[in-house]
Amino acid sequence: MNIVIKNGRVIDPASATDAILDVLIRDDRIAEIDTNINYSDGEGVIDAGGCLVLPGLIDMHVHFREPGREDIETIIGGSRVAAKSGYTGVCTMPNTNPVIDNQALVRFIKLEAEKGPINVYPMATITKGSKGEEISEMGELIRAGAVAFTDDGQPVTSSVLMRRALEYSRMFDVPIVSHAEDLLLTDDGIMNEGVNSTLLGLKGIPKESEETMIARDVLLTRLTGGRLHVCHVSSGGSVDIIAAGKRKGVQVTCETAPHYFALTDDAVAEWMSMAKMKPPLRTEADRRAIIEGLRNGAIDVIATDHAPHSLNEKMQEMEYAPFGIVGLETAVPLIITILVRENNFSYLQAFEKVTLNPAKILKIDRGRIAKGAAADITIINPEAKVAITNSFMLSRCKNSPFIGRELCGKVEYTICGGNIVYSAK
Amino acid sequence: MSSLKRKDLLDIQSLSLEEINLICKSARYFKDIFTRSVKSVPVLRGKTVCTLFYEPSTRTRISFELAAKRLSADMINVSVSTSSVVKGESLIDTVHTLEAMKADYIVMRHAASLAPHFLSKNIKASVINAGDGFHAHPTQALLDAYSILERKSSLEGLRIGIVGDIRHSRVARSDIEVFKKLGAKVVLCGPPTLVPDEFKIYGVDITYNLDEVLPDLDVINMLRIQKERQKGSLFPSLREYHRLFALTEDRMARCKPDVILMHPGPINRGIEVDNSVVESPNIIMNEQVTNGVAVRMAIFYLLAGGAPLEEMKEESAG
Repeated sequence: MNIVIKNGRVIDPASATDAILDVLIRDDRIAEIDTNINYSDGEGVIDAGGCLVLPGLIDMHVHFREPGREDIETIIGGSRVAAKSGYTGVCTMPNTNPVIDNQALVRFIKLEAEKGPINVYPMATITKGSKGEEISEMGELIRAGAVAFTDDGQPVTSSVLMRRALEYSRMFDVPIVSHAEDLLLTDDGIMNEGVNSTLLGLKGIPKESEETMIARDVLLTRLTGGRLHVCHVSSGGSVDIIAAGKRKGVQVTCETAPHYFALTDDAVAEWMSMAKMKPPLRTEADRRAIIEGLRNGAIDVIATDHAPHSLNEKMQEMEYAPFGIVGLETAVPLIITILVRENNFSYLQAFEKVTLNPAKILKIDRGRIAKGAAADITIINPEAKVAITNSFMLSRCKNSPFIGRELCGKVEYTICGGNIVYSAK
Repeated sequence: MSSLKRKDLLDIQSLSLEEINLICKSARYFKDIFTRSVKSVPVLRGKTVCTLFYEPSTRTRISFELAAKRLSADMINVSVSTSSVVKGESLIDTVHTLEAMKADYIVMRHAASLAPHFLSKNIKASVINAGDGFHAHPTQALLDAYSILERKSSLEGLRIGIVGDIRHSRVARSDIEVFKKLGAKVVLCGPPTLVPDEFKIYGVDITYNLDEVLPDLDVINMLRIQKERQKGSLFPSLREYHRLFALTEDRMARCKPDVILMHPGPINRGIEVDNSVVESPNIIMNEQVTNGVAVRMAIFYLLAGGAPLEEMKEESAG
């Protein structure tokens, strides 16, 4: 069936379009974009008056826990959560059990994802077994469908191995995705080191644990001519280092997560383990620097680091609870509420971070509303209020410090490959 | 006000000055009671107090136990080695079990900071924090404040030094908070690795030179130095630590003659305090232990809703 989306405000960062236009979808492609496309038989009509019509959102950092912890989340289940949250594409992290370090496992994820509503772009490990000893078979993994490489969850501690990975991957032009952390500096810390960790008597993680590793990786990228993408940037110092690398022409990109522009470590006293993630929530100065980095382009991407955990694991002493929070369901409301409404981002500015930019980094032909492009479209009512409650969260695990908030920005439709995969109606 | 209008006692931060004064005032009555021949009163008769210790402790657990028994409560001791905790039961499940057995008060010691706070949000029983991680040890701080008040009429304007491993000390954090609330000036002393600058948020002074501040101090609280901290390179050797920060006879001679010396115990003789100083009349370690029982009795009593103290004194006299 064909679909015509009427009267929506089309936001396409690739062409810098921000205008009221109709969009016609034929099969799995965008067939026409114009003012007032006439309705004709055989076409479903979506009235998008008052809504944003965006390229389908892409989250390049999610944990769907399969294989290994299907009790927490699965590829299909996570894909449904993503569809409900406005996403038509996600990158799954390879730190599952077993880790995604061979072709069969990449193909398994692709096969599972085919049963789900959206596109899944698996990342595979940088090193075999994610052990940090030998680089993975990157060529084979790419052939099977991997789009990038990361040992996310832990850093590549060996500098020489990181150098080799950045060097070797050049022939495929794929990003090496760095979880930047000096584990010796982290030293079993569980929250940001600073005034709050002092008051709460919790072991701190200095921001330098992240920043020194990013500095190392930027320098190794300069040395090798590889392509680096830095995960979950949380501190102002990290933004400065990456911006300096970009100015010098180093091929470095990075992402931050909504919680780093929405919260500070002030949230830890109340939310405890629900506000425990790596890197940890930082200070207000860092939060401001993240917002400015998003504004000036030092930060390319917003990715959620969606990390479901079982409530059993989270409902224990903060020190013993695992790191990570769910992020998919709250991403759009936080982008609209914090970036657009509170910090005057334009829609183009805010949404290129979840559409065009991740597509460019991953080199996937998505993230645009253009004639002939894949019909991946997200329709959002930016004025509608959403109450973040347990029942709003579709994830089986509701480990979020945003529960109880009322935010703005409601996903109305998610269309993936020409199919309506989610409708709020 | 004659009771604490709260379910739990978790930290000093959440206590008002009025509540702190009430606890100290009540502790005086209870000290009278339990230092005479008939030592118990029926304030908590029929109530059950459970001490749940996830970390080894002798003096704090015994102090709570004695306080509860003096108030005629029934006591259960749960320690990690004898409970199902070793079978991997979660904290929440363990405490729900105790609640199902109708424990009224859970006195908890835990190695993880905020564990009692987490617990208090999820159960109905009163939770009393007997020390959580590096975070808080409110009953120790209250007994420290009370012990100073026995010798000085007020803490207002007193200069109190806390010496040692401040970074890893729940006693230091709670002491700072209670001393500041009562109007004292607090100076922290130790190497920068153990006294991070972040502590300035409390409105305290920091010095790395004990000798510089020694003559001005009215009270010195010497913290126990954990020998294993040396392994984390927080200081290079016990010898150097002793030379820079121990309370030696020489340093003692430069203190005010009526200086109050405190130690939360157990003491490392010859490390943070020299042997000869331990024998000094200025050191009030044993009074601190006695007062600990009185303060904990007062806390139980006030959390239970209080009662006119005069009436209770008569009853116990009978």
